[in-house]
Amino acid sequence: MSQTDLYAVAGAALFAFSLYGLMTRPHLLHKILALNIMSSGIFLILVGIARRVYGPDPDPVPHAMVLTGIVVAVSMTSYALALAKRIYSVTGSAVLDPEDMLDHGAASSEASRD
Amino acid sequence: MITGVYPGLVYDLVIVSALLWLAFRILAEVKLFKAIVLFIAFGLLVALAWVRLAAPDIALAEAAIGAGITGALLLDAAGHMRGRAAPYPVTDPESGAESVGTKRPDESATAGGGMQ
Amino acid sequence: MKAVDALPKSPLGVRVVAGGVCVAFGALLIQATLAIPEGETGLAPLVAERLPESGVTNAVTACLLNFRGYDTLLEIAVLVLAAVGVMAVGGSHASAWKPLARQADPILSALTRLLAPVMVLVAGYLLWAGEHAPGGAFQAGSLIGAAGVLLTLSGYGRPAWVSHLALRAVIAVGFIVFVAIALGGMMVGGAFLEYPREHAKTLMLLLETWLTVSIGAILVSLFFASATPIDERTELMETDRG
Repeated sequence: MSQTDLYAVAGAALFAFSLYGLMTRPHLLHKILALNIMSSGIFLILVGIARRVYGPDPDPVPHAMVLTGIVVAVSMTSYALALAKRIYSVTGSAVLDPEDMLDHGAASSEASRD
Repeated sequence: MITGVYPGLVYDLVIVSALLWLAFRILAEVKLFKAIVLFIAFGLLVALAWVRLAAPDIALAEAAIGAGITGALLLDAAGHMRGRAAPYPVTDPESGAESVGTKRPDESATAGGGMQ
Repeated sequence: MKAVDALPKSPLGVRVVAGGVCVAFGALLIQATLAIPEGETGLAPLVAERLPESGVTNAVTACLLNFRGYDTLLEIAVLVLAAVGVMAVGGSHASAWKPLARQADPILSALTRLLAPVMVLVAGYLLWAGEHAPGGAFQAGSLIGAAGVLLTLSGYGRPAWVSHLALRAVIAVGFIVFVAIALGGMMVGGAFLEYPREHAKTLMLLLETWLTVSIGAILVSLFFASATPIDERTELMETDRG
């Protein structure tokens, strides 16, 4: 396996892990962490592919794209964190829909709604 | 293009396995503070991966922005949320019904520590 | 309390479906990256051929500021939007830049007094070196932002001579200069974002300088505009220990 394939497959695996984490962790900060790991995975795929080029230097266009991507990721993270903190200070909970947390049986679902 | 067993293969295998293991630990971690510190370490390892992939420009930016600034922002947000990992289930002692509590029983009723 | 460690998970159905979707998506991604044919060169030969005309000798900087300059223009716009958004959502203490340290920890303070000027110096070097070596506007700007965050964490608040208006002007100036250069290229007879060939190097250095300043200011204000001042902050993570 070449260096390209190793990092690209690792990036794809990171993306898949963190997509699962994004979908299943209810807490907002854990979702934001998962989003950041997803971006790192995608950047690994892009730069891994850029290494495939024959010749001494890798392809610079994916490098420019990943630089842009890192900066956009930090913008997204900071705005998402500002929103999460605002949600927390207004509702008191860092989970958007607390009812999602419970593994309801059919019988008790009505009793716990308030 | 480098194929087969090349001289840097050991470094690459170590970095990739450390990245995958760290990502798994971050996503499975209950405590928020620990997850964020592991995330900062993850960012630094990703910066090393950029160096291995002959992308020093990206390594500089990732170490400063990806690990440093994102880590500081996350730590600040987690501190603002008092480090609680999640709401926890409470069981009403009389009826036995389950619900989700977002404050500990020994805390005051105001949320957010006086924000707004 | 036991409740902190027992993290309630999402319901089993959600986890199963999410797991299936992620495994399928991961497999698809892996197959797609491994399926790229062997002799692919991407855009590297084209960049190498046009690099002497771009005004710099570092291929990544040439791509960022010249060949793919439109992406960078929109990227700095996204940064400005994020700064505006964080200031808008942040609440009553947004853009206040109050000191965050309870009292200036003397070791941290001493270290910051040593490190912050060195960081600014290294940022200046990276800005200059971006032309022929790894470096450039984003790396330098992020170092300045990191120096600003370090200063804020060590208890140095906003200096009195930096007014709110001045800070916001500095946040906006990178984008304004970029748009001005892009439109200026049109006025001397080129297309939007086309630099005149003989002035390309000067224009790019000018642009990178203002971008650095702006990115540094944006990163610092992203941090302190959403950070809680010390009088409203509780002990960090005291409930998480153990």
